Amino acid sequence: MSGTYLGMPAFPEAARQALGDDTLRANLRHATHTIRDKRARAVAELDDWAELREAGKQIKDHTLQHLDTYLLQLEEAVTAAGGTVHWAADAAQANRIVTDLVKATGETEVVKVKSMATQEIELNEHLAAEGITAYETDLAELIVQLGDDRPSHILVPAIHRNRSEIRDIFRDQMGIWGRPAPEGLTDEPAELAEAARLHLREKFLRAKVGISGANFMVAETGTLVVVESEGNGRMCLTLPDTLISVVGIEKVVPTWRDLEVFLQTLPRSSTAERMNPYTSMWTGTADGDGPRNFHLVLLDNGRTDTLADEVGRQALRCIRCSACLNVCPVYERAGGHAYGSVYPGPIGAILTPQLRGTTSEVDASLPYASSLCGACYEVCPVAIDIPEVLVHLRERVVDQGGHHLERAAMSAAAWAFDHPAVLAAGQRMASRTRRLHPSRLPGPGRAWSDSRDLPQVPDRPFRDWWQRQQGEKGDAQ
Amino acid sequence: MRVALFLTCVNDTLYPGTGRAVVRLLNRLGVDVDFPLGQTCCGQPHYNTGYRRQAEPLAHRFADVFADYDAIVTPSGSCGAMVRELYPRMGRRAEAEGRGSSLAEAIAKVVPVTYELTEFLVDILGVTDVGAYFPHKVTYHPTCHGLRSLGLGERPRQLLAAVKGLELMELPGAEECCGFGGTFAMKNADVSASMGRDKVAAAVSTGAAALCTADNSCLMHIGGIIRRQDEDIRPLHIAEILASTEDEPLT
Repeated sequence: MSGTYLGMPAFPEAARQALGDDTLRANLRHATHTIRDKRARAVAELDDWAELREAGKQIKDHTLQHLDTYLLQLEEAVTAAGGTVHWAADAAQANRIVTDLVKATGETEVVKVKSMATQEIELNEHLAAEGITAYETDLAELIVQLGDDRPSHILVPAIHRNRSEIRDIFRDQMGIWGRPAPEGLTDEPAELAEAARLHLREKFLRAKVGISGANFMVAETGTLVVVESEGNGRMCLTLPDTLISVVGIEKVVPTWRDLEVFLQTLPRSSTAERMNPYTSMWTGTADGDGPRNFHLVLLDNGRTDTLADEVGRQALRCIRCSACLNVCPVYERAGGHAYGSVYPGPIGAILTPQLRGTTSEVDASLPYASSLCGACYEVCPVAIDIPEVLVHLRERVVDQGGHHLERAAMSAAAWAFDHPAVLAAGQRMASRTRRLHPSRLPGPGRAWSDSRDLPQVPDRPFRDWWQRQQGEKGDAQ
Repeated sequence: MRVALFLTCVNDTLYPGTGRAVVRLLNRLGVDVDFPLGQTCCGQPHYNTGYRRQAEPLAHRFADVFADYDAIVTPSGSCGAMVRELYPRMGRRAEAEGRGSSLAEAIAKVVPVTYELTEFLVDILGVTDVGAYFPHKVTYHPTCHGLRSLGLGERPRQLLAAVKGLELMELPGAEECCGFGGTFAMKNADVSASMGRDKVAAAVSTGAAALCTADNSCLMHIGGIIRRQDEDIRPLHIAEILASTEDEPLT
């Protein structure tokens, strides 16, 4: 289960399996609806939400348009503040850089702040292969790690687990990874949190190396920002001697003024909080305060290619709030694992095929994992038109070949629709033979008729009624 | 005002009753509506499945067929959104790809005068009480493209609320998608059907006799589930309710 996503089935098959799991379905429905409703209330409190959304979109678009400039400015500022900047073109390079940096400290253990970028490059697995153990310290990531599981949500990685499942994981696994769970642990949230606190405290106090991502990087001062709710991230960012941050190149913003917009929109969109509980910011290193060594690994890993696509590039505006996951009826039913990537839900369906390409079966199926209902676009705090990008990526999948039956059917339909007489003949044929139509279809048609009756074909199409009626009108005159 | 009915291929072929209802309703309101026979499909199935280039001739056809009308009325939120939102996008994409501005120019005249039926009634004709009679409990599902792409808002509910005898029941989770989504219904049949079953259960829970939408494509999916599960609720297009009168009631 753990580790990589190799060999994932295509989305429809993975979703079908998830739909059969009643516990998963109940966990997801309860969790997504709760967060969804809280977010709606938090957003409705602000009169200027539409303006904040537009500002966030424009700041991101401006930054992406001048990404080279701001990244160089950032590098200069981080370096001037005592940090070291590394550039990684892909996951392999980033993993190599981080592994070498950890090895240079002589340590074999690291503590981690919750980070999507390090999940994306599968850093933990690479470190493990080199004899280095990475401990996840975000509560939900801890549950996922102890459960030998994969995250299924960007913000709430263990959203697919309920309290009693978490209690079992803690009871059975904590002792293997460190301090065991207290005797007689129940599934009360306060008890579970205390068990995690005791287990993690030991790791925080021992660790010499911390690894993080970042939500934002401010180019003008070289400041990194981590936004979290637990305070565990801050422990990792301040206690170790060495801090290594792996951050996607799209996370840069030009100024502190720009940050102001996102520190309003991100908490309300993600956890429905008015203000984020723990916002950690650091600029290089400072004597006697926090890590003495700071390394920033700037990660491309498909982002430059994504930036080159004028429709698809808007996916790079994403601030990883997860609002689109929580409102998505498809995510709610399929669950995060079906998306075969650390980026699930609607944003994952447009990000993963751009970062990884559409050659694998699961990646090619992602652009179709949506009814195009548009709920994701409506809640997105940086106005990513996810349905537009989904359709754009469907074109890309179609253009790479395959889908022979569908292509033939689409061509035939396009031709018939451009010849009204042909269409009318087809309609009349369907009407004349309507008593012969089965209620269930064989072959590919079963996808429809396994769960729904077919529409009943009328005795004649509208256009025939219309022409007869027009004829009668003419006769009457 | 020269008004054309853009019925859509799905309605023309499978739901002629909706077309007749629109004609009867508009005639009753004093609008002389035409049905140009050159109309076929707006190209939405092609566009949304990734065959944008194949949708372009259909957009050209639409522009030609409806060029001479002052208003184009369609009883479909999603086909209306195809014309209003996606035709201009197709035009811009063709230009960006260096294939000229002929599509953008062709559609420029028809896009701003294309209206979804409830928009046409409320915004252009300025009526909410269309003199209809339908003495039943009805629940309304706002379909996604009507709701989010066209921004139909309260218009359909205003029209229904003014129908004599009609009791409008609030649909729980009304703004959640029914799961149709065009080819999504086939490509992700399990998720689609799960969404549809939840929508039907929500509608049944209201005690309504009819589940009403302004889009028959969604109703084809929802109605297919209703019939398969033998539920005691009737899928009904809003035009058929609005066309119903005391003299000629919908049965």
